[in-house]
Amino acid sequence: MDKPLIEIKGVRHAYQTQTGQLPVLDGLVLSVPEGGFSAVVGPSGCGKSTLTRLVAGLLKPDEGEVWLHGELVRGPKSVVGMAFQNPVLLEWRTILQNVMLPLEIVPTKMSRKEREDRALHLLALVGLEGFEDKRPSELSGGMRQRASLCRAIVHKPEVLILDEPFAALDAFTREDLWQTMHAVKAEEPFTGVLITHDLREAIFLADEIVVLSGRPARTQYVMDVHLKGPRDIEHLYTPKSADALNILRHQIQIAQGRAPAGEATQ
Amino acid sequence: MNWKQIAVPIAALVIFGLFWEFLVWVNGWPNYKMASPSDLWPAFWKFRWLFLEYGWDTLWRTVAGLVLAVILGVFLGMIMGLSRIMRDALYPLLVGFNAIPKATVVPIIALLFVGQHDMNTILIAFLISFFPIAVSVAIGLSTLEPEYRDILASLGASRFTIFWKIALPKTLPEFFGALKVAVTLAFIGTNLMEIVEPHGRGLGHLFDSGKISADYPLMFAVLIALALMGILLYYVVVAIEKVFAGWAERAPT
Repeated sequence: MDKPLIEIKGVRHAYQTQTGQLPVLDGLVLSVPEGGFSAVVGPSGCGKSTLTRLVAGLLKPDEGEVWLHGELVRGPKSVVGMAFQNPVLLEWRTILQNVMLPLEIVPTKMSRKEREDRALHLLALVGLEGFEDKRPSELSGGMRQRASLCRAIVHKPEVLILDEPFAALDAFTREDLWQTMHAVKAEEPFTGVLITHDLREAIFLADEIVVLSGRPARTQYVMDVHLKGPRDIEHLYTPKSADALNILRHQIQIAQGRAPAGEATQ
Repeated sequence: MNWKQIAVPIAALVIFGLFWEFLVWVNGWPNYKMASPSDLWPAFWKFRWLFLEYGWDTLWRTVAGLVLAVILGVFLGMIMGLSRIMRDALYPLLVGFNAIPKATVVPIIALLFVGQHDMNTILIAFLISFFPIAVSVAIGLSTLEPEYRDILASLGASRFTIFWKIALPKTLPEFFGALKVAVTLAFIGTNLMEIVEPHGRGLGHLFDSGKISADYPLMFAVLIALALMGILLYYVVVAIEKVFAGWAERAPT
């Protein structure tokens, strides 16, 4: 294993509510090596999105530490790219201008032409060639999500944080996007954290799957997917994947408190 | 813009005018009860220079009040939209203030700034029209989805950059919606001052003169002139909106 690029050490975080403190994360451990891609799954409302905000430096943990590239995270840094379930494209910009947005914030030595070329290159990579001058409202949900993905990686972030980016898409579009993800990763290597509710998505995309417990979430179970790099959709229908799926499903049931812990099959 | 978009509203105006003329004729109303469109032309012609002069007074003071309303309304909206505490603090004040009939504020303003007719009129136009602008900007800013903020905040963008690049443009459609309401309100404000506290200027004064001299066609002519100016200013706002927030208009599907 390489030195971890993302390292989360025993993080605890609670939100202030009217009735007092609501702890969402407690004793969370996560470590992703450079070039790794970890999927984080867990029951609804277990604090997965809080985790992304911690890694991005948008939130400070109450306890514990988040390290990126050997540096303690103290605030937002331009080394992070984010994509959400909602593509949040800016309606008043064209697709190309949307993708170029991070380059207006992050200090870069690229000329205007180079920035535009890079954005166009990424758009072509995700299959949006010829759509650069369209407005977001003219694109389908899947296409908008592709553009949002381009925006998340245009500034070559060290860490890509994906917070359920495919959750609102239909099943066919989602599988298309999964394959696009592998194509993108082959060409533009990144270290990623994928928050998802979809266990098949986690198996198909990630190198490692982290199951979080119910709230307050701690790391309950870690699975190594034993596959590196691109894979075919057929891979999801092998006995090995079916076994992995069963284990994960069982872990989720434990996390939800619907199955007793300890009898996990592995 | 095709010919239909111009012809349809004009046709509607003509039909409305004819219907009005017909109604007055059928009922045999004398013109002190209800003037008909054909009575208006002589009134316009007789006082054409006054209409131009007073119309200009009313127009520029309305626009000045509106500009003031935009500046302060956007400022207040920004404060309320970006700060929860300021929102809680200012909303009741603004709502309470807006609930006060402005006709009652006119004498207060007139007493406060005796003789400053231009300023008084602009002030009332402003007071009556800033509220919808402030509220719409505040709502636009406070309902910004957190993800929009996060995509820039995670890159280390400052609050100002986020406001300038995302929050402000995203609020523009709401802002223009409110501005269209504010335009007509500002006219009401200007005329309120001109009629309630007459100082010999503006279309409101012309209306008042018509009332005093029992020249009913003149009073109606003033109302029509005000309506026309309202339409004119409204479409100026529409044109500006097309330039700055045209993206919000979806192509017909």
